[in-house]
Amino acid sequence: MPVLTCRGLRKEFGDHVVLDGLDLTVDEHRVVALIGASGSGKSTLLRCVNLLEELDDGIIELDGEEISDPRVDADVVRRRIGMVFQSYNLFPHLTVLDNITLAPRRVHGRARADAEAHARELLDRVGLGDKVAAYPDRLSGGQQQRVAIVRALANSPRLMLLDEVTSALDPELVGEVLALIRDLKADGMTMVLATHEMGFAREVADQVCFLDGGRVIEAGPPAQVLGEPTQPRTRQFLRRIIEAGRL
Amino acid sequence: MSLLHHTPSTAQRRRAAYRRRQTIRSVLVAAASTAVLGTLLVLAVTGAPGWDRVRESFLDPAIARDALPTVLTGLWLNVRLLVCCAAGALLLGLVIALLRTLRGPVFFPVRALAAGYTYTFRGLPLIIVLYLLTLGVPGLRLQGMPPVLVLGGLALVLTYGGYLAEVFRAGIESVHPSQLAAARSLGLTYRQTMRHVVLPQAVRRVAPPLLNDVVALQKDVGLVSLAGPIDAVRAAQIATAQTFNYTPYIVAGVLFVLLAIPLIAVTDWVTLRSARRQSGG
Repeated sequence: MPVLTCRGLRKEFGDHVVLDGLDLTVDEHRVVALIGASGSGKSTLLRCVNLLEELDDGIIELDGEEISDPRVDADVVRRRIGMVFQSYNLFPHLTVLDNITLAPRRVHGRARADAEAHARELLDRVGLGDKVAAYPDRLSGGQQQRVAIVRALANSPRLMLLDEVTSALDPELVGEVLALIRDLKADGMTMVLATHEMGFAREVADQVCFLDGGRVIEAGPPAQVLGEPTQPRTRQFLRRIIEAGRL
Repeated sequence: MSLLHHTPSTAQRRRAAYRRRQTIRSVLVAAASTAVLGTLLVLAVTGAPGWDRVRESFLDPAIARDALPTVLTGLWLNVRLLVCCAAGALLLGLVIALLRTLRGPVFFPVRALAAGYTYTFRGLPLIIVLYLLTLGVPGLRLQGMPPVLVLGGLALVLTYGGYLAEVFRAGIESVHPSQLAAARSLGLTYRQTMRHVVLPQAVRRVAPPLLNDVVALQKDVGLVSLAGPIDAVRAAQIATAQTFNYTPYIVAGVLFVLLAIPLIAVTDWVTLRSARRQSGG
């Protein structure tokens, strides 16, 4: 059974249709990369899956349970999904440790000592063990984003949603975040990531989906979608990326 | 670190020497202009034709000494009222601001009541609220009526609660929606998000304007004397009526300023700190 199934998703903002009958299936331990121009619906899709946006049509299933049903408790669903944002969104008034332990303690009811031990272990693994007491504004962008990923991981999610997590970073800091995502894949984490890093998508993704006009126009193994695209619009998009020197 | 071993170049030494000379010059100019302005002010006031009369009726040391104890007793009432009313108004303001953020149709009447409250009590002059509570309410002759002082304090809490509620609300709305999205994405409920993510940031951000309103409250608590209790200004007024000399007012004024200085200093310190923090430290 797939971890995530999206069928016929539709989302409108005013008279602008952002998702237009989008289908997507993500199997366990698989990494799906969403590519496409700005405004193609990548971020909106991720926000809809995490129930941060209300759907205008379609069905989303998480482990076979329909989470797009309005009777479902969204707070309970979100505990099973980790989300990382482009602009990190760490809580500026909390230390790195408190950022990470907030949800385990308040949502999962774990004891402070227990949650902190887990957080320290995760931070050590991403090489930020010395930053537990630091406030987010003392960290570099790459460090902040790694803390944000650890914060999502501390909930032990079934599924991670990564929304252009390297787009706000200086080029020399992108590598450290991508290395962490690579480790997550090695651990078997199921992930959906919206990205502009074509090289990274090719390397880490099991499947690449090209979104255009709110639909998946082309999907398949990275080598096929990025190497021998069949759809003219995919080819056009990749040509622009190559011209911009991003592939 | 490497600067420790750095020998400044001739150009840098020349610049440093020039800056030192400029600093000394600036200090001398500031001292001279302050002295000139001060002298002119003193000459203008003491040289005025009515200065001797004014000094007698406003700055009489003997009368000041006599009035000080009663004015101080009055001031003690101001201080106690300030502490209680500030705590009450801050709590009320926070509760009202939170009620206004509640969503869902069930809470419509609560939201409407909270909005109506802030509109009414920010619009209503404090003196009218005071008269209504201290003169109107006891007129009902209900059992267990609290003393006038409590009713007057309540009027202050109601009026200032309205202002503070709006300050809190501005703070809550200033927290970026991405912070809410991050908190909700972790599975925190709306209430937990408010309690652990939004409110701590909001209160830090609006601490300076909140404290500023407390400084204003400090002067307004004296208005309860309209209903009978004797505060510092009322005590000064009584002393003035006995001696036909205005010096007690000056005594009360000086005491108020002395009382406000620590609070204002704290406000400035908090403002400075939050400005530094927002600029990324």
